[in-house]
Amino acid sequence: MEVPILLIDGFWVTSIQEALHDRSVLDFKQRLLTKLNQPQTRGLVIDLTALDIVDSFVTKALIELCKLADLMGAGVVVTGMNPAVAITLVEMGLDLRGIETALDLQRGLDKLRKLSEER
Amino acid sequence: MGELKIPIKNEYDIVSARQAVRELSRELGFGTVDQVRIATAVSELVRNVVLYAGHGLMIVQTLKSNGNTGIEIVIEDQGPGIGDPDLALCDGFSTSGGLGAGLPGARRLMDFFDVNTTCGRGTKILTRKWLK
Repeated sequence: MEVPILLIDGFWVTSIQEALHDRSVLDFKQRLLTKLNQPQTRGLVIDLTALDIVDSFVTKALIELCKLADLMGAGVVVTGMNPAVAITLVEMGLDLRGIETALDLQRGLDKLRKLSEER
Repeated sequence: MGELKIPIKNEYDIVSARQAVRELSRELGFGTVDQVRIATAVSELVRNVVLYAGHGLMIVQTLKSNGNTGIEIVIEDQGPGIGDPDLALCDGFSTSGGLGAGLPGARRLMDFFDVNTTCGRGTKILTRKWLK
């Protein structure tokens, strides 16, 4: 099933609920970029609360998405990364600079609001 | 607990392989963070097989030694081999446009990590993690 991408007050909100195969990750990234390109867009929150494994492939897709969104002038915030995933990514030595994060969806939306007002 | 053999045929096996290993490591008593470390390492290693060799095999077994319990994962393929394994273990080196974090990252997540590769013959990676 496709991951739902919902619009609320100009903010796209999406939450990945199950492990995605590599191809689904790329399709999902493409769908998010299409949403970001719409005129009403103020930002995007990607919630990872339900994801128990995030590997370098997903990380790369997130980094690229954030870079592209930045060029397009839209903010992206990644929320809900669970502690075991965070520990693993840091231990692997992945460079996560450029990815804005927040503890949960509420804080993610708050952060995006601020970002979109600054832009 | 016996031996688990999982054929690696395509990218869909990346998720199923890491889920199987996570389940086994949970049964062995590994904590959540270690389960995620092991499963993430498997995700990286199995993807390498799919990416560079096309297909291969993963064999997982339980280790018992001097009262310690561990998990051993062997991932092998008959692909082109790794030209320069030392370079491939460096952060940021990739020939496939990836982050170059897979092999060095997987090594850091595990307790023991051995790369055995022959050009034109294939690659065999043996890795272990012990319950602490």
